[in-house]
Amino acid sequence: MVEVERLSYDVVVIGAGGSGLRAVIEARQRGLKVAVVTKSLFGKAHTVMAEGGCAAAMGNANAKDNWKVHFADTMRGGKFLNNWRMAELHAQESPERVWELETYGALFDRTKDGRISQRNFGGHTYPRLAHVGDRTGLEIIRTLQQKIVSLQQEDKAEFGDYEARIKIFAECSITELLLDNAGGQKRVAGAFGYWRETGKFILFEAPAVVLATGGIGKSFKVSSNSWEYTGDGHALALRAGAGLINMEFIQFHPTGMVWPLSVKGILVTEGVRGDGGVLKNANGERFMFNYIPPVFKGQYAETEAEADQWLAEQQQGSGEGTARRTPDLLPRDEVARAINSEVKAGRGSPHGGVYLDIASRLPAETIQKRLPSMYHQFIELAEVDITKEAMEIGPTCHYVMGGIEVDPDTGAAATPGLFAAGECSGGMHGSNRLGGNSLSDLLVFGRRAGLGAADYVRALKSRPEVTEEAVNEAAAIALSPFNGPQGKAKPENPYTLHAELQQTMNDLVGIIRTGQEMQHALDKIAEFKVRCANIESDGGRAFNPGWHLAMDMRNMLLVSECVAKSALARTESRGGHTRDDFPSMSPEWRRSLLVCRAAGDDPVMPAVTVTREEQPPMREDLLELFEIEEVGKYFTDEELARHPGRKG
Amino acid sequence: MSYQANLKVWRGDDEGGGLRDFDVEVHEGEVVLDVIHRLQAEQAPDLAVRWNCKAGKCGSCSAEINGRPRLMCMTRMSTFSEADTITITPLRAFPVIRDLVTDVSFNYEKAREIPSFAPPKELQPGEYRMAQMDVERSQEFRKCIECFLCQNVCHTIRDHEENKKAFAGPRYLMRIAELDMHPLDTMDRQHQAQDEHGLGYCNINKCCTEVCPEHIKITDNALIPMKERVADRKYDPVVWLGNKLFRRT
Repeated sequence: MVEVERLSYDVVVIGAGGSGLRAVIEARQRGLKVAVVTKSLFGKAHTVMAEGGCAAAMGNANAKDNWKVHFADTMRGGKFLNNWRMAELHAQESPERVWELETYGALFDRTKDGRISQRNFGGHTYPRLAHVGDRTGLEIIRTLQQKIVSLQQEDKAEFGDYEARIKIFAECSITELLLDNAGGQKRVAGAFGYWRETGKFILFEAPAVVLATGGIGKSFKVSSNSWEYTGDGHALALRAGAGLINMEFIQFHPTGMVWPLSVKGILVTEGVRGDGGVLKNANGERFMFNYIPPVFKGQYAETEAEADQWLAEQQQGSGEGTARRTPDLLPRDEVARAINSEVKAGRGSPHGGVYLDIASRLPAETIQKRLPSMYHQFIELAEVDITKEAMEIGPTCHYVMGGIEVDPDTGAAATPGLFAAGECSGGMHGSNRLGGNSLSDLLVFGRRAGLGAADYVRALKSRPEVTEEAVNEAAAIALSPFNGPQGKAKPENPYTLHAELQQTMNDLVGIIRTGQEMQHALDKIAEFKVRCANIESDGGRAFNPGWHLAMDMRNMLLVSECVAKSALARTESRGGHTRDDFPSMSPEWRRSLLVCRAAGDDPVMPAVTVTREEQPPMREDLLELFEIEEVGKYFTDEELARHPGRKG
Repeated sequence: MSYQANLKVWRGDDEGGGLRDFDVEVHEGEVVLDVIHRLQAEQAPDLAVRWNCKAGKCGSCSAEINGRPRLMCMTRMSTFSEADTITITPLRAFPVIRDLVTDVSFNYEKAREIPSFAPPKELQPGEYRMAQMDVERSQEFRKCIECFLCQNVCHTIRDHEENKKAFAGPRYLMRIAELDMHPLDTMDRQHQAQDEHGLGYCNINKCCTEVCPEHIKITDNALIPMKERVADRKYDPVVWLGNKLFRRT
């Protein structure tokens, strides 16, 4: 019998970033008892690193903005692969979610008439991002954290206990979801994990689990992501029988730091370009004008003069001008590929990036005021004064569009009782996410998942049960790294294995892909899976990072396999999936999603299958929001037959 | 381009421990956290250290480097000479859990004791109107990444464990100042700060401001103005008389 702390909750939320905390708030406000489990301290989640802003069509900066324009921009940015219902809900509800934050105490930057200021960002037709300088994510996480504290204060007043209805389990990791199999129907019964501090086990018995674990960037060497991004929610969902979609689509943010090496990958906000910064190659040329792809022809400025005129019009707030936006603000996938091409063509900067110049575009004082974190980051880490010199930047692994397939309205995954929101869920962003659409995604779908879980729990006739057997098995799996390798295999160091996986994913499943390289990556991953079972952890169970990494490695390997397998299967290029051997976009593939599922009986790192499935066709009133000329570039003729432009 | 640095790292737990010597390779442009990670990967896989973003944004990797409270991810190795011995110890004001990780729950308890933002009841979402100039004061304090370096360095706590009960510390007194300066907050924050959270214990030594990685002027912009407002009310003869005559019970 293993020693396990057992607790009972209505809803367990795994992850305490934006979507997790918003889910907690919603479930608690509907009267449920909620646990929020986070690998880190409360308030440290990756959401703090979001810089530029939160997209919401409030129309404060330009009254012409509305949800339909935001919806259309999101679909365009995702190359029409997005789940249209999610994009619709997101565009409709994000203004309310932002305004709600103000009632929790958030202090966004203001317009002259005292409303929330909105900034320009790539792919957004109008200035749309609510922001606080370049630290918007911090503002949002702190606001949600403080709202939770305020709900706990209400509970203290009512029940005499701060933790009567919300308890935060900080520095606690979930390793397994436990299912109830009564009546042949598998459903969620609980979550098993350990306290990082002591290594002791904990079991949450709960009928509903909301996964809000964020992304997978720590499988890549050059990444803007924090250590927590090991794909835990993706892997937990797979093992619990749910499907992952769009895993081949990884966003490489065009502007990460490239020098010094130790900070390579750290994010440089898109807000730099939103506020007038421009990309230049080693010859000082603004190269983005050469990279406007056919699908965006006519929507972007074609000369420097026009781009600068657009910026001037934006800054005056007129928004009625004739000039088109600068191609420096094309969606992220386009900009990242352009930078990659410039560097390959030998026009890169000394450390293998290109230049991002704000120094020659804005007065030093304005730069410091609008981009304080960027100023600080470059001075302290690279000894570069961005008010005087251009920054050296290059693409960095930033975001995974793929994730758990969910019902758009409720966040429910295929396994009953399992819900997901935020980066670990899939569909909303299609093949490429627009900047600013992540923070709003967290709020809109975090709330919906909390609501979905609450309704699910309310409707239950019987509580599911966790078996002793399942608990013992989960405990044995968690402790296995202390046993070392089986037989005569060589003991593995988890840090070494992690570094090798990161190098492999970076080199072979990175920004530009080929079938051969991805096959090679899959061979390596198969080898890593074998070696992962031979990891040997030294030391004890109390706060032992080597042991923690050994467990996280399993998730990273499983998720990396999903990425490589889906990417190999999708024989086209689209958004965050670019193939040298299949460089064009295909309307047939637009209709298809690749769904990853676990197969076989390995309970830790199961095999992954990839199945091609149909997308639901877009509702006609939404399809009509686009001109036939535009959708003609993406959709099949058969699909277009429903468009009024074709119906005649 | 690389060299071997001499590190002394505190290892141990709540029962005791001490400084251990390590030689670790250092490459150009690295920060202390890089070197700690290399130490973990190559020599001490179970070395306990807390970190998240490695970009100075989350405030997790706080420690004392040569006795000075700092973020390990924002301390460049180039600030030391190659011959220097670099001593890394856990935050001193909080109980050690293991190695460089301390129990910072004190801070979360204090956070929970401060009454939350209280907007005017009739104001609906979307109707909030505030001038940029008015939100900027509180925005400065909301830059706080909760690294707790200010809490760790403040001698009111650092040297006097017994004060922890009555004193919220600079981070949370600043939180009260932030709410006090919020253009739409309706609560009396000044009495709270003075009577319930120990503003009077602050001796305005500015140690908190000095260690703040976000360069927030905690003392000058948050704590001193709060003290002034409390004093204004306490010693204003009209307020004093009013309180005498119309004392609330």
